[in-house]
Amino acid sequence: MTNEELKIKLSELIPTITFEEGGQPIASAWLNVNVEAKDWHGFANSLKYNPVLSFDYLFCETCVDWKTHLTMVYHLESTQHRHIVVIKSKLDRSKPEIETVSDIWKTAEFHEREVYELFGVNFLNHPDLRLLILPDGWEGRNPLRKDFEDTINMVKL
Amino acid sequence: MDVKPEIQNPFPGEVHPTPTGGVLVTAIDDVINWARSNSLWPLVFGTSCCAIEMMSTASAKYDWSRFGFEVARATPRQADVIIIAGTIVNKMAPILKRLYDQMADPKYVIAMGACATSGGPFFYNTYSVVKGADHVIPVDVYIAGCPPRPEALLHALITLQNKIKSGLTREQIRGDLKNPNATT
Repeated sequence: MTNEELKIKLSELIPTITFEEGGQPIASAWLNVNVEAKDWHGFANSLKYNPVLSFDYLFCETCVDWKTHLTMVYHLESTQHRHIVVIKSKLDRSKPEIETVSDIWKTAEFHEREVYELFGVNFLNHPDLRLLILPDGWEGRNPLRKDFEDTINMVKL
Repeated sequence: MDVKPEIQNPFPGEVHPTPTGGVLVTAIDDVINWARSNSLWPLVFGTSCCAIEMMSTASAKYDWSRFGFEVARATPRQADVIIIAGTIVNKMAPILKRLYDQMADPKYVIAMGACATSGGPFFYNTYSVVKGADHVIPVDVYIAGCPPRPEALLHALITLQNKIKSGLTREQIRGDLKNPNATT
């Protein structure tokens, strides 16, 4: 499916989504989709199980701290149809919460644990939400937040 | 690159020929240091991109075996020198310390590249990187570079050999540098 066809199909599935325009005006650019956090889990389900979409491969899941808000970013590919889509979801920075997709894409389990420890995003219904890489007892401080401070280890520039 | 070959004394002693063979006159410390310096077994230890250069130095094109570094050992108990090839993070520091403690004396340490020397590109605004491996274990030779070329690593290893052959402590070497005519 091309990006234009994807746009039409995705809008049919869920009308509340918006598409991000701009960026590189090249044919190979990925389609960027904004979705409300509350709609995400149902949307993700249809992305994977709808046979014409069949996004079966979550190849990147991460988060961005924009200081005013957080954005979850999901990169999805279909190994069958070879099309790619980027899903973004805005989160409240003071209380970031979003439904887990680890029940849809198993790989999300580790990705979400990483986002949890580095950005402090709370993934609802995640089966095992605990620290992945950071040492034990780190809970509560999120090093990839822009306002993260560490007076012991950090040399500020 | 124009490098003059360094003429090294092959063996620290004199052979006095006799009809039945010869008598070797030397100091036992010199012989021990000579033997140690020519059979330095490095530990397989690489934490980031410097390890790629280290592997390159070990492979056929640069071949550090020519200088006596031979086989890299996968256990610290059989290794003589640890080449800290890469970034040391706070989580890795206790492991590095334990590896160093498990090595049998005499043991030597080379800090390869900017990260192992000072934290390098991760010096500022990072919560996880140790700013120089010498905060964890003592270092004999530092190499600049990010990552250093294999030639630089070979140079560091040969520098370490010369350091061992000299038989001097760090304080003595520093004293020598300040006053080249001083006798130790």
